[in-house]
Amino acid sequence: MTRPISEDDLQGYVDQVLEAARRAEVEDYLSSNPDEARRVERYRTHRAALRAALAPIAAEPLPPELNLVRMIESQRRPHREWTRWAAAAAVFLCIGGMAGWSMRGATDRGSHGIVALASEATDSYQVYAPDRVRPVEMDQTDRAGLIRWASARLGRPVSVPDLSASGYRFMGGRLVATAHGPAVLFMYDDDHGKRLVLFSREMTVDRNTPMSQHARDGLEGVAWSNQGVGYTLVGPSSSQLRPLADEVRRQVNSTL
Amino acid sequence: MSEMLLLVEPQIPALRRYARALVPDRSAADDLVQDCLERAISRWHQWRKEGNPRAWLFSILHNLAMHRLAKARPVRQVALEDADESALSRPAQQPDRIEHRDLLRALDQLNEAQRSVLLLVGVEDLSYAEAARVLEVPIGTVMSRLSRAREKLAQIMEGTAVDTPATQPVLRRIK
Repeated sequence: MTRPISEDDLQGYVDQVLEAARRAEVEDYLSSNPDEARRVERYRTHRAALRAALAPIAAEPLPPELNLVRMIESQRRPHREWTRWAAAAAVFLCIGGMAGWSMRGATDRGSHGIVALASEATDSYQVYAPDRVRPVEMDQTDRAGLIRWASARLGRPVSVPDLSASGYRFMGGRLVATAHGPAVLFMYDDDHGKRLVLFSREMTVDRNTPMSQHARDGLEGVAWSNQGVGYTLVGPSSSQLRPLADEVRRQVNSTL
Repeated sequence: MSEMLLLVEPQIPALRRYARALVPDRSAADDLVQDCLERAISRWHQWRKEGNPRAWLFSILHNLAMHRLAKARPVRQVALEDADESALSRPAQQPDRIEHRDLLRALDQLNEAQRSVLLLVGVEDLSYAEAARVLEVPIGTVMSRLSRAREKLAQIMEGTAVDTPATQPVLRRIK
């Protein structure tokens, strides 16, 4: 004797989730109950039609704001930065027992200050410097136009340091968006194709800081700030950036 | 990160489909999916490593959608109004075809509980147990809601002018 057919069985039949034996029993039942068979058939038809009606949505290309890789990156980055900064802070505290150090300040600086600047510059280097087609928005043939554009958008006079004495030619530049407003990026290269990026924006914290080194992902940089403007020069590891950064700072300060 | 990407990314199209069938406009639906994904990323550790996180993702999305619907109570429009016309209605070939547009309008007339169970089980292929978890009700409630939802949808469709299958007797209302 088979178990009586229930409404749950009929729904399971519509959804095609019954085991084969039970499905056969339901089919038997339906063949002798035409009213129920019609009802179930209607449900099956509606189910299939609903799937077909909604299928095009799942086939649409995903909009940019649903890019999971980017979402994961942007949630991870602040955390990573904070831990790195905390680690650095711990080291400093061990070595020097620096007076007046506070974690609150450290956190602020991690997300706004020279550490953030270094991170933005490194990210920008990774995006633009390897680009063989369009590394810069405006190239050196329109140097004056680039300077006008950047100065207008950053709200201060911007100048292009000359590194040709060190073997680096000015290629051009672009504006870069950061969480702290617009930044300007200048790119240089040498005879071997090695590229350097000079990145600069206004600072709300760390407005005057001495030169410090930063490194990540095979890149290194020398960062500093002066009178509320932050700079960092970024290049591949072992680029001997310090003398170049000194030269940039000398030229920038001389125009102030 | 690669595990999360591997398991979550393939679910995004289905999550979008569910959101769009629940809330009226496309950008509001995508906002919900974005919120859902952000929560999933930050709470990834909460997901117990069992099979795939599909039901877990749907329950995050479902809660966000219900919260939003309860807050906004917007005038409902036919979902997918900006979908491609050709995708919504097919040329009259099959005798038993159903106008997708009519069906989606009928779906909109169901209450939220009925609509979600119909979508989760019938479209998104969640098991009854998974649907129960997403809707936070016992599995028996899922079954009874599903049964009522299907019957209600059928009744609404009955009242809609659809092409009647040629093989069945044609009934016309005489004014």
